Amino acid sequence: MASAPSKLYADDVSLVVVLLDTNPFFWSSSSLSFSQFLSHVLAFLNAILTLNQLNQVVVIATGYNSCDYVFDSSSDLNRSFENGRMPVMCSSLLQKLEEFLIKDEQLSKEEPEGKVKSSLFSGSLSMALCYIQRVFRSGALHPHPRILCLQGSPDGPEQYVAIMNAIFSAQRSSVPIDSCYLGSQNSAFLQQASYITGGVHHKPQNLDGLFQYLMTIFATDLHSRSFIHLPKPVGVDFRASSVFGQAQSEAASASDKKRKTPET
Amino acid sequence: MANTHVTKRAKYKTTIKDPGTPGTLRMTFEKILFVPHNPKSAGKLDVEFRYIKGQKHTKEGSNKPPWLNLTNNQNGIFIFEFENYSDLQECRDFVGKVLAKGGEVSEKPTVAYPDEQLSAAEMELRIKLLQEDSELQKLHKQFVLSGVLTETEFWATRKKLLDREASKKTKQRLGFKSAMISDIKPSTDGRTNKVTFNLTPEVILQIFAEKPAVHRAFLSYVPNKMSERTFWTKYFRAEYLHSTKNSIAAAAEAAEDEELAVFLKQDDILASEARKKIRRVDPTLDMEADEGDDYTHLPDHGILREGSKEMTESQNELYKRSLSQDINRHAAVVLEGRAVDVELEDTKAVAEALAQSKQKSSNKGESDGDTSRERLDRLSRMTEIEDLQGPNTLPLAPLCIKDPRDYFDSQQANALRSSGDALGEIEQIKCGLSTQEVYGSLRESISSIKAMGLKEPIVKPEVAHQVFDALTNSISNTKYHIGKNPQESVLDRLPRKTKEELLHHWTSILELLKHFWASYPITTTYLYVKVNRLKDAMSNIYPQLEEIKGSVPSELRHQVSLLVRPMHQALDAAIQHYEASMQKRSAQSGERPNGYV
Repeated sequence: MASAPSKLYADDVSLVVVLLDTNPFFWSSSSLSFSQFLSHVLAFLNAILTLNQLNQVVVIATGYNSCDYVFDSSSDLNRSFENGRMPVMCSSLLQKLEEFLIKDEQLSKEEPEGKVKSSLFSGSLSMALCYIQRVFRSGALHPHPRILCLQGSPDGPEQYVAIMNAIFSAQRSSVPIDSCYLGSQNSAFLQQASYITGGVHHKPQNLDGLFQYLMTIFATDLHSRSFIHLPKPVGVDFRASSVFGQAQSEAASASDKKRKTPET
Repeated sequence: MANTHVTKRAKYKTTIKDPGTPGTLRMTFEKILFVPHNPKSAGKLDVEFRYIKGQKHTKEGSNKPPWLNLTNNQNGIFIFEFENYSDLQECRDFVGKVLAKGGEVSEKPTVAYPDEQLSAAEMELRIKLLQEDSELQKLHKQFVLSGVLTETEFWATRKKLLDREASKKTKQRLGFKSAMISDIKPSTDGRTNKVTFNLTPEVILQIFAEKPAVHRAFLSYVPNKMSERTFWTKYFRAEYLHSTKNSIAAAAEAAEDEELAVFLKQDDILASEARKKIRRVDPTLDMEADEGDDYTHLPDHGILREGSKEMTESQNELYKRSLSQDINRHAAVVLEGRAVDVELEDTKAVAEALAQSKQKSSNKGESDGDTSRERLDRLSRMTEIEDLQGPNTLPLAPLCIKDPRDYFDSQQANALRSSGDALGEIEQIKCGLSTQEVYGSLRESISSIKAMGLKEPIVKPEVAHQVFDALTNSISNTKYHIGKNPQESVLDRLPRKTKEELLHHWTSILELLKHFWASYPITTTYLYVKVNRLKDAMSNIYPQLEEIKGSVPSELRHQVSLLVRPMHQALDAAIQHYEASMQKRSAQSGERPNGYV
């Protein structure tokens, strides 16, 4: 019956494409350990899938040398691992993640010292957008897609152009890019991405409660965002790429920030 | 028009009822002078144009006599009655011109710049720019007219704007009209059987350009052999004869009058020019061009028509001219464009100017020897047979495309070095771990989580509660302060007047700061004085900003103060620098010799 699926298809069905930062250089120096991070994230993904029967989650790992699809909730390839401790979905994700890391390590070559170890954010963003385009063309009935970036690595200025291209194409297809920055400084790329596409950007103060942040802010589907208030950016850093990535003195270049919201 | 004065007979009346004193009215650019015919009468008038405010006059079609009414500053009137309306018209035009010129003077900026030679064009450009851009005008009014900045300084930073305006003016030269001259109909006077041709320098220029024989005739005959009037009479007689297509009559008259013959004959200058052009044709373009292609001067373009194979009228052939010849010649001249760009006053000047330009072009053209050598060079280059040439290997510079990452990495290194961020250093240190180690540690975490399952509990309840509280608080705070829409700017929430004032203050502060910082280091007294002026202007802005803050309703006051803060900071920095340099200067002033500031 054609009407039954459409009845099930409520406004709040969402497709979340999660870009997971797996830059080993970042994780080795982060205060939050990777395993803790993973448990937060896996629980969160589970929660999204329970919010609505038709919700979909796709996970793309953003590595240091490459990116790859690591999990797709709508695929039938989630093999059941006999592991009493883990839900089935998680174990397949972890398996794929491990394989990905092995491949990524093999691709690494000698890098000069002092280079900023940034992950391939532009690559995973492009892959996410390609997946979403495919979903758009799959038929009339499809969920509202959005992209959630869990990034901790610093911005790589050489990716500036590619990232801006991806941001504008996301804006064009009305795909909001939410971003959660886990690093120590500010990421101007993520701020710009969320600002331009109409998504939410947040930098959690307390990384132990990451799950709570994810549930409160990033689990909201697009339809509900019209009446649920989410944290707003306090001023977006629009500077061009060459001065990137470092903590700048707040008093400088006031005219950039002036015309937007004031600093609190 | 070279009229620097106008003299007319007129009657001067002080009021409308006054019968008027007859006399002579003489107007120059400076003043109006009226001298009555009767030296004993009291109507003498000597008024400077400066005091004349406006003029009125009676209409031509009405039954009223031709009066011109001039009003002066003190609302007094001077009425002049003229003999006819054309006199009135002339005087009116003259007065209009003078008054317009006087109006222009008052538009120029009131401050005198003895050291700056401004052309009228430059002044016009500036006025135009000011009229177009109201913000620029506001700035100009605020700074230049109050003496903080001088004109030169203000415009020195806007050279690009001025250049752009100047280049917008079209530099096109007007070409000739496409209408043919032979279409110019004279005005006929039915009564006296006279035909009047109206010749303007424009038309004369065109005639000379199209018919070089006429031009040559003019230069040689006038004013030696005949007057200009006779010349043109003969010319038009020749035209008339041509138009009647009566070649027999033309031949007859030509035989009688030598000068007329010049106008009736074929234009031999044209013929020789055409021949020269043929000779200059590039053989690589057109190998077949030869003397036979020179046909524009032949009647009927050399095309033999049926029934005209007989050459019986050969002597009259000379006096025939075909329409196609005329049209082609006219078209060629129009397309060539105007050779003379000068204001044309009278025929002599026109003829000479045209002759000069022709000579210039023929000199530029060259001597025959040069052209033929050039042509031979080109010929040999163009007729190269490629197959027989040797290989043409020019030394190539290898393409060197650098990896853009070098640039970005160096920028990053610079930024890192300059920021001196402690945290950044720590992260860098840690990244000294080898790739293997880091990947290994990551994989370890994955295995540990696989083994142990997800963290239990995922998040501690206190932490969760804390986070939730903090988030809710911050969300409600920002909503209160900023508004619901993240794309909305705080400026839009202010009342329009405040917003405009703030923006204007920002642009004016930028302008002042630009000039202020450009004056350092201070090397001359001029700069010293300028810096002082700028500093005073800047100090005046503080109270104005305070005023704005006060005028805004209290809930927006915080936003406005945040917006104003960067302005304060910039001004503070400038004034601080100024004071520091003043102190340094006063400390050193003891050493400086007199007069060296």
